[in-house]
Amino acid sequence: MRVTIDGKEYTFDRPMTVLEAAKSVGVYIPTLCYHPAVESIGACRMCVVEIEGSPKLHTACTTMIRDGMVIKTNTERVQRARRVNTELLLSVHPNDCMTCDANGHCALQDLAYKFQIKESRWGTRLRNLPIDDSHPLILRDLNKCIQCQLCVRVCDEIQQMSIYSMVNRGAESLPQPDMTDKLGESDCVSCGACATICPVGAIVEKPSIGKARWWEVKKVKTTCPYCGVGCQLDVYYDPHKNEIVRIYASEENPEINDGVLTCVKGKFGYEFVTSPDRLKKPLIRKGDKFVEATWEEALDYAAEGILRVKEKYGPDAIGVLSSAKCTNEENYLMQKLARAVIGTNNVDHCARLCHASTVTGLAMTLGSAAMSNNLSDILKANVIFIIGANPTENHPVYGARIKRAVRKYGAKLIVADPRKIELAKMADIHLQHRPGTDTALISAMMKVIIDEKLYDEDFIKQRTKGFEELAQSLKDLDIDWAAEVTGVPKDLIVKAARMYATAERAAILYAMGITQHANGTMNVAALADLAMMTGNFGKEGTGVNPLRGQNNVQGACDMGALPNVFPGYQKVEDENVRKRFEEFWGVPLPPKAGMALTDMFMHPEKIKAMIIMAENPAVSDPNSKHVEEFLAGLEFYVSMDLFMNESNRFAHVILPAASAFEKDGTFTNTERRIVRVRKVLEPMGDSKPDWWIIKELSKRLGYEMEYSHPSEIMEEIRKITPIYAGVTYERIEKKGLQWPVKDLEHPGTPILHKDRFNFPDGKGRFIPIDIKLPPELPDEEYPFYLTTGRMLYHFHTGTMTRRVKGINKIVPKSYMEISPEDAEKLGIRDGDVVKVTSRRGSIYIHARVSDRMQKGVVFIPFHFAESRANILTGDILDPKARIPSFKVAAVKIEKAEGVTEVQPPEYVKKVLQDQ
Amino acid sequence: MKEIRVCAGGACIASGAFSVRDALLKELKEKGLDGQYKIVETGCMGMCSRGPFMVVDGVVYAKLNERAVKEIVDSHLVGGKVVEKYLMALPEGQKVKEAFKEHPFFSRQVKIVTRNLGKIDPKSIDDYIDRGGYKALEKVLKEMKPQDVIEEIKNSGLRGRGGAGFPTGLKWEFAAKQKSDRKFVVCNADEGDPGAFMDRAVLEGDPHSVLEGMAIAAYAIGAQQGYIYVRAEYPLAIERLTVAIDQARRRGFLGKNILGTDFSFDIQIRIGAGAFVCGEETALMASIMGERGQPRVRPPYPVEKGLWGYPTVINNVETLANIAWIINNGWREFRKYGTEKSPGTKVFALAGKINNTGLVEVPLGITLRELIYDIGGGIPGGKKLKAVQTGGPSGGVIPADKIDTPIDYESLTALGTIMGSGGIIVLDEDDCMVDVAKFFLEFTVHESCGKCTPCREGTRAMYEILDRISKGEGTMEDIDALEELAVVVKETSLCGLGQTAPNPVLTTLRYFREEYEIHVKEKRCPAKKCRDLISYVIDPKACTGCTACKIVCPTGAIEGELNKLHYIHQDLCIKCGSCMDVCRFDAVFKVSPPIKEDEKVQSS
Repeated sequence: MRVTIDGKEYTFDRPMTVLEAAKSVGVYIPTLCYHPAVESIGACRMCVVEIEGSPKLHTACTTMIRDGMVIKTNTERVQRARRVNTELLLSVHPNDCMTCDANGHCALQDLAYKFQIKESRWGTRLRNLPIDDSHPLILRDLNKCIQCQLCVRVCDEIQQMSIYSMVNRGAESLPQPDMTDKLGESDCVSCGACATICPVGAIVEKPSIGKARWWEVKKVKTTCPYCGVGCQLDVYYDPHKNEIVRIYASEENPEINDGVLTCVKGKFGYEFVTSPDRLKKPLIRKGDKFVEATWEEALDYAAEGILRVKEKYGPDAIGVLSSAKCTNEENYLMQKLARAVIGTNNVDHCARLCHASTVTGLAMTLGSAAMSNNLSDILKANVIFIIGANPTENHPVYGARIKRAVRKYGAKLIVADPRKIELAKMADIHLQHRPGTDTALISAMMKVIIDEKLYDEDFIKQRTKGFEELAQSLKDLDIDWAAEVTGVPKDLIVKAARMYATAERAAILYAMGITQHANGTMNVAALADLAMMTGNFGKEGTGVNPLRGQNNVQGACDMGALPNVFPGYQKVEDENVRKRFEEFWGVPLPPKAGMALTDMFMHPEKIKAMIIMAENPAVSDPNSKHVEEFLAGLEFYVSMDLFMNESNRFAHVILPAASAFEKDGTFTNTERRIVRVRKVLEPMGDSKPDWWIIKELSKRLGYEMEYSHPSEIMEEIRKITPIYAGVTYERIEKKGLQWPVKDLEHPGTPILHKDRFNFPDGKGRFIPIDIKLPPELPDEEYPFYLTTGRMLYHFHTGTMTRRVKGINKIVPKSYMEISPEDAEKLGIRDGDVVKVTSRRGSIYIHARVSDRMQKGVVFIPFHFAESRANILTGDILDPKARIPSFKVAAVKIEKAEGVTEVQPPEYVKKVLQDQ
Repeated sequence: MKEIRVCAGGACIASGAFSVRDALLKELKEKGLDGQYKIVETGCMGMCSRGPFMVVDGVVYAKLNERAVKEIVDSHLVGGKVVEKYLMALPEGQKVKEAFKEHPFFSRQVKIVTRNLGKIDPKSIDDYIDRGGYKALEKVLKEMKPQDVIEEIKNSGLRGRGGAGFPTGLKWEFAAKQKSDRKFVVCNADEGDPGAFMDRAVLEGDPHSVLEGMAIAAYAIGAQQGYIYVRAEYPLAIERLTVAIDQARRRGFLGKNILGTDFSFDIQIRIGAGAFVCGEETALMASIMGERGQPRVRPPYPVEKGLWGYPTVINNVETLANIAWIINNGWREFRKYGTEKSPGTKVFALAGKINNTGLVEVPLGITLRELIYDIGGGIPGGKKLKAVQTGGPSGGVIPADKIDTPIDYESLTALGTIMGSGGIIVLDEDDCMVDVAKFFLEFTVHESCGKCTPCREGTRAMYEILDRISKGEGTMEDIDALEELAVVVKETSLCGLGQTAPNPVLTTLRYFREEYEIHVKEKRCPAKKCRDLISYVIDPKACTGCTACKIVCPTGAIEGELNKLHYIHQDLCIKCGSCMDVCRFDAVFKVSPPIKEDEKVQSS
């Protein structure tokens, strides 16, 4: 299409709006109500242009270009229209730029400056409204609102919460939450997208107020350090104070976070970085106390301790815990440290606790242990089957996209979850099964599909093997029995099976509700079976998609921070592979797979020393009492962390690490996308990036590592890891790349298993079903199911989010969700403190009576050290994946007479008190 | 049985049509005539200022009450003698029996849209069918292809009567060409212009003609579902539509397999919630879908992406009421009326300073002069015509010297106003043009949805300037600024509401700029209308000291003893005009510019 803009002719090869066209060739058209993330509504009228042949003025944001179009963006008529409309807006806008937080970043201010409007010609009509101060993180001053409706649209279209709507009409029309004018009283999920998108200072981030003017801050794009979605963030920081001022979603990566969206953690959860509790100097234990030391002293001390244990017991007495919170480069170095330097395969990380069953279950069925599809193509699915995942809380940005797939694109939704989670409320079918009965449920669905011949015969024939064996294993499965065991009515199981099987494109999403079981591998394999038999692979909007819990679980696994594989899932016990690595690293390597972290903790007689990077197993791991005993009994324990925590208080030396905002590197998000982590701030105090610490430690353990920047580590990774072979920092600068990236030309792989599965013969393997119920079920003494998990506002063991003031104002305390029936039976009211006891221990916790819970099941988020859920959970493991059964434990519940409050840790109290 | 037709249009009901009906029933019974006469409650007969009406043997009786009914029954029905005093009079004073034929208000009309008004009982589908109702639907379903129907309407040249005048046949053709298995037809019955009530009259008086038009439209474009979006302020229309839809369904004119064919179509009513902007088609659709009633940018047009994203034809009530007539009589017959570019008729609501207030249907192309003087009976009280306002708040004023302009879409647009829905407000020498503009701006300020900047803020700013000028506080710069603002609001507003809201300002400025300037320079309102620029004073020569004004004055501003000259204290006077209304001696008059408390003014 040939289009003339202001006298110059341009050619465009795709349909776009006049605004996009003008922008792409550098012609400036002012806008106020436009944002690329949301649909344009042409409300502010600032972008009007003249189009030859039309008597009217047209809004550039809503007019599509046509071949031969002649556009004039800068005529006198256009300028007059823009000027008058700017003046009109200024007549209702308070002239208080002096103290406004948007000063220097305000679209209205820019226009006033451009037109040099000191005062509106159209009078002054200020609104004199009270400021809405009700939300702990978001401040709304509607006196400044220019009624562009961006907040309304972003909340409705992208966040899918629809908190705001325009209330009243004409000049009085303003964005207000449902039934209230106080945001803090609404159902707001605190994502802050309204503050990100507001073009003026009407909605701003409360923690940022007064911190810095816009011209004092600098911007660095990086990847969010929380969940596995990997949102791309623009971090604005004050280089003089070395602190973060505010965080916006980056507009560059709509495929990940829609160019505008974050969740509350990504947007507001950064205050931990500059927390006064940060470890700023290395610490060495002297008796009961930690004493500050220099890096030289501490590193020497750490190396000596490790060498001592190695000499005494051999290398396999040492366990290395890498971390899904750290970068790929650091995980690579950590497993290299274990294997090449110490000489043990005892290296593992917290994926063991979340997606170990995914690694085993998907590897045996599909050959690749990762999300088959990607975050964007869910919008193309006709049916979405979510089982054992609560994305709107745990992967909130993706959760919002799932809601969009349902609400806007009409996908049907099946949710299988013991709790009535948010998505269950909008689902077409909610299968509210009992915890731990997933295999039974999935198998029953497969049985219906086989009985009714709803499977994809061609796909099964051409692309898989073992279907007969699978069918055989299901032959005697009685669906009535499955209904009984799962507690889901038979007709719902049948309906769900048909809905899933008959969809043109059906996607399965799952998370820890599937994996964290003693039969987690079976659960995962069953889901792969289900997807294979219905041919749901290789197309957009299909597949089996594990949602990764931590920012870099995928990457830590990819980097071989696992006891049985080198980087790129190359087997340790495969001699050819090992040879390659021995040559590459120049040392002999241990031939046998190492121990999983769960096994290490259970074998104090074997493991005598640990190096733990960025993990807090005393809170995050099952049977925490036992873990504490294990840690306390170690002969030598090296910790690398940001804070003192419940685990490293037992350490012998603590090395202060830099946070993700203070170093360079890469993360690999849940859709296998390798994205950049960039240094925003200088490390706090004397803290150092983990890659530097490992490098220095390695040197002292007798192996030189020479890297001056993580990009050099990536160069090394690339050479030995086929799925990362084409990854360089230059190539992933803007958009990242999805593995496998086979060489430097390869564009990456958005969808796995397109034509073949990852086996030599290319065929997927059906795994026969073996239904097993959880090892510990409620009984007379422990009558309740306990299931654990995460919640929206906090993350993992709370060390990050519980140091954020606004977040703690919203959720300050631990809680246990219990059904109204059970609560009534036990005489428990909302807020009461209860004592929860399992075979392994007891905790005190506040009760939250919630209709999300089914009778007989209670839920405890594991973030709260004062009410540690994992004191209660058991450590019975999946035989293959060695993952513990976090999702089912049997507990008893008593009202805690005389206890009215469970006190949070001191540091949380301090955060709340700080002004 | 003979028929006695009683007008049960909204205006006649308000002026006592039902008590007339009840009195009639009672009288007939008393006289033993109840077996011989059947009373038909009809829709609006048109001349609302003279209601309630009743028609017996072609004789039209007007301005009835219970006593009149008794007289008419006694004299006309029993005695066979027409009661002269309740007949209508010609402008020259001569009484006429069969006013519908003899009185120019009626005889100059051409009734297509209003063909059944005043003739049938709107609650009776049989009445409608007896007068040829649903024949057109049967004809299109059984004899015509959808494309034939579209051709017929295209050939007729029918243009949208909601105001914009888009060719109806073309709109249908666009919708018919859209490939979609779901389509909708919407009747826009959200009549909201102050002073316009033609749609209401049709809905209340002949609802089936709208349903039939919708069904034909649905057949032509391939729609399955229709909606009538009617404002909540029209409860009678809603009631009669509800009855009509129910009847049509039972007779097989709506619902599944209409008249035994494959064609299925049904209609639901959606009731508005009091927002003028919902008459704008995209806001109307948003409201039907349960969203906030605010307009959106077009394109896409509703025929491409309408309700829930499906192709949707939205036609106005009056447009739809034309359809069956065109199908029955053919497009050539339709084109006999009106002009080449604006064929057919248009229903106008005559209001303001005019003798025959009411509803008239006339061929397009008729001049304003004919409409006002021949049909409307001229200006009351021998006053001078000053201007005519057309198109309600979206329209403008036409000065008296341009009333020989033919009324059609293009001519009105050329004068700076619009046809609009057909409201005609006649203004005389007592009307101030600043005040007229201010009145309409006040309306649009209140009705602006607030979505786009120019309409939301610009109309308010315009109103403020007008308000200042009307108070004598304006400057000459204000007038220029007002004009600049009006142009920008017109050019940049998102929807029709804002794009036309400046028309009252622009046209009054165009034709009556001097009047604005007098307000500014001389602090004087020539029409003595703007409250802040006038004073009420008492003519010492005419005042008889009757105390009537003193008694009625709400603020005690009038001083004076019985039989002595009265005096108005200007500092207390709130200029309500009650004294002037009550004075039987024309002793109270207005002056402009206003006077101060101690100022004396000579009688005029």
